[in-house]
Amino acid sequence: MIERRPFLNVVRHAALVVAVALILFPVYVAFVASTLSFDEVLHVPMQLWPGGHLLENYADVMAHGSAKGSSAPVGRMMINSLIMALVIAIGKIAISIISAFAIVYFRFPFRQTVFWMIFITLMLPVEVRILPTYQVAADLGLIDTYAGLTMPLIASATATFLFRQFFLTIPDEYAEAARIDGAGPLRFFKDVVLPLSRTNIAALFVIMFIYGWNQYLWPLLVTTQESMYTTVIGIKRMIPGGDAAAEWHLVMATAILAMLPPAVVVLLMQKWFVKGLVDTEK
Amino acid sequence: MDKRVHFRSPWLPYALVLPQIAVTLVFFVWPAAETLYYSVLLQDAFASKVQFVWFDNFITLFQDSHYLASFKITALFSAIVAITGLALSLLLAVFADRVLRGSSVYKTLLIWPYAVAPAVAGILWLFMLSPSIGMLTYALRGFGIDWNYYVNPGQAMLLICVAAIWKQISYNFLFFLAGLQAIPSSLIEAAAIDGAGPVRRFWTIVFPLLSPTAFFLLVVNVVYAFFDTFAIVDSTTQGGPGQATQTLVYKIYQDGVQALDLGGSAAQSVVLMVIVIALTVVQFRWVERKVQY
Repeated sequence: MIERRPFLNVVRHAALVVAVALILFPVYVAFVASTLSFDEVLHVPMQLWPGGHLLENYADVMAHGSAKGSSAPVGRMMINSLIMALVIAIGKIAISIISAFAIVYFRFPFRQTVFWMIFITLMLPVEVRILPTYQVAADLGLIDTYAGLTMPLIASATATFLFRQFFLTIPDEYAEAARIDGAGPLRFFKDVVLPLSRTNIAALFVIMFIYGWNQYLWPLLVTTQESMYTTVIGIKRMIPGGDAAAEWHLVMATAILAMLPPAVVVLLMQKWFVKGLVDTEK
Repeated sequence: MDKRVHFRSPWLPYALVLPQIAVTLVFFVWPAAETLYYSVLLQDAFASKVQFVWFDNFITLFQDSHYLASFKITALFSAIVAITGLALSLLLAVFADRVLRGSSVYKTLLIWPYAVAPAVAGILWLFMLSPSIGMLTYALRGFGIDWNYYVNPGQAMLLICVAAIWKQISYNFLFFLAGLQAIPSSLIEAAAIDGAGPVRRFWTIVFPLLSPTAFFLLVVNVVYAFFDTFAIVDSTTQGGPGQATQTLVYKIYQDGVQALDLGGSAAQSVVLMVIVIALTVVQFRWVERKVQY
């Protein structure tokens, strides 16, 4: 703080409080709606204090979804989402860290080609290759499987670049020392590179977990059975045509459930996540 | 850039890059190549008749008023999302950077909407702005505004913009805050000693130093508005009313997946691919140079 301007400070705090309130408001409304009964939620205007049906509503959706929309149990969807998010996060980190290690610590023919091929994935989001990717998945028999949900999303140029960038900052002396001591590349990877990369791995885990959990278009294409729906695509199916027809209290309970795991991951790992996010993109 | 020390092995590096390359080839390169191939073919939904038609699909596309309209919609949408989103989050970041006490509390409270899925963001706003039971709809009616995005194209557009901006604010905020905190306080102090007030300091020192971050975020936000908002559109307006909110990505989905027009959808994908490649190149040019004053 340069000058002392108590008045300006009050204005700033006030502005921030208002902004935070505005940003949290939709979530608060969703939470309140998820604690009301069907009649209460349809009462216009809806009340702004929580009602008494919290446990009942959540137990309801976890066990059998919404009677008016899709009746797929959200409990199952949560498990699907969790599997998808974890496999994507761990898979992306695993395959990126080893390929970055190869690119940085080895000289081999076609190294540049490999590098460019990884780079290209940045330019090809699922959205621009929807149908052919779906066809490949269908040809390989991946429709309605966990492999189908995760594998096409598991290549990550971002993670590979982040690890490459980080490996380049590891002093050469470490690798020299390891070589003199007779440690091979795999030993060096396991005992030196991996422990040093811990913070990066943690940060990427948060980012990729959220990425995986929040996927929408791909799960929409690759799942046809209710038992394979993820939470995020399940919510929309609980809203049949016409907004008044939906059981909004149950839809909102599902929305809260869909937000919870990634929010918890972000809040618990906030420190690494912020650092990692800002580093990844630079 | 490169390491002086290397390990030697005739097979190990290939084994290490194999998983990444395999996934990339099967799920990225091959489908993208097929998209290119389909975009110059004319075929029916069952691939019984296939004909090579050169660039006919592209010509048809750019003569199609629906496609051009979709282009305009996407441009308008991404301009609104990027500019409003950046302006709001910059304002918040400047405030949060200046307050001494509680800045980490604000940060924590503003961070986690990053974790909300676009589809969920869409549903939250859909609920509050639903024509029949929405809480904000009720409030708007109090002001004499008749809100019904089912029939009003402008309102439908506003709905997806609000949801998209809301979801992206915390991401932008984090980057702006990190950018602000990286500015040496000695610069600001020197300007203050020279008699520059907070507003003057912001425009002459902070903003220029922040411009690389702002430019980077601009590209990221445009990419976000082009692609990641598919879920917002699908969970709220589904492109309607008419085609008022049919963004380019949503049109590819509707033409390809729902209407099974393979050639047309592939040609649209190719156009979009060109746009992404251009944006990525711009972004990386920037990373190399790090625009500075």
